[in-house]
Amino acid sequence: MQIKKIAELLNAQVLCGEELLEGVVNSAFGCDMMSDVLAFVKDQSVLLTGLCNPQVVRTAVMMDMKCIVFVRGKRPSEDVVRLADDSGIVVMATEERMYAACGVLYTNGLPGGSVANG
Amino acid sequence: MDKVNFHFDIDGDNFTSAGEASVRIKKMLREMGFTPEIIRRVSVAMYEGEINMVIHANGGDADVNVYCDRIEIILSDRGPGIPNIELAMQEGYSTAPDNIRSLGFGAGMGLPNMKRYTDDMTIESEVGKGTTITMTVNV
Repeated sequence: MQIKKIAELLNAQVLCGEELLEGVVNSAFGCDMMSDVLAFVKDQSVLLTGLCNPQVVRTAVMMDMKCIVFVRGKRPSEDVVRLADDSGIVVMATEERMYAACGVLYTNGLPGGSVANG
Repeated sequence: MDKVNFHFDIDGDNFTSAGEASVRIKKMLREMGFTPEIIRRVSVAMYEGEINMVIHANGGDADVNVYCDRIEIILSDRGPGIPNIELAMQEGYSTAPDNIRSLGFGAGMGLPNMKRYTDDMTIESEVGKGTTITMTVNV
């Protein structure tokens, strides 16, 4: 799925990485606990979360993710957006809640992918 | 063979900056030409350790030694120590306060993740004196 399709499906506002919207991602992971992201993500390149601190971006960087979707209307600070922008990660924000956002993406063909070390 | 050493002082007073050293290591290892899998394992293990040092031990020292056949991560703090290492290694066990959980950590996955992503991990800890964790990822 193209990253711009995610923004379209979730009616999300893109906060940085406009130039990367043509990129393609193959799976996603939804979570507010960053240690779980570090434990269970394998090749998922989209992170959906309601957590809004710099560790979200660093965690995504660690796992080579390409896109962060902030759900439930959460808005990261400018510093967090800048950190993502510098790291080449697309950031978008949607009013959708976690369950609904994941459901929309899943039913439109973006799966959860495999589980690391599982 | 000679090693290449990278040293970082981990600031224990600033959760916002926690993880910066791991991001820098990730970038350096990429520039040195390691595979993405090796880079991810080293940087995730170090990141979890770095977060732990900030949460529990008011920071400390991080050294990454790159050899031709392995990468060694040594994290050393002068924090409270770990009274029961076996218990601390259990997934889901955590002594982190609630405010840390609200920041996305403290789920009791840090030490298990560090072990999971490395080929070898040893913990030396003395209550009241500090903890040194040495991790190795074979290249």
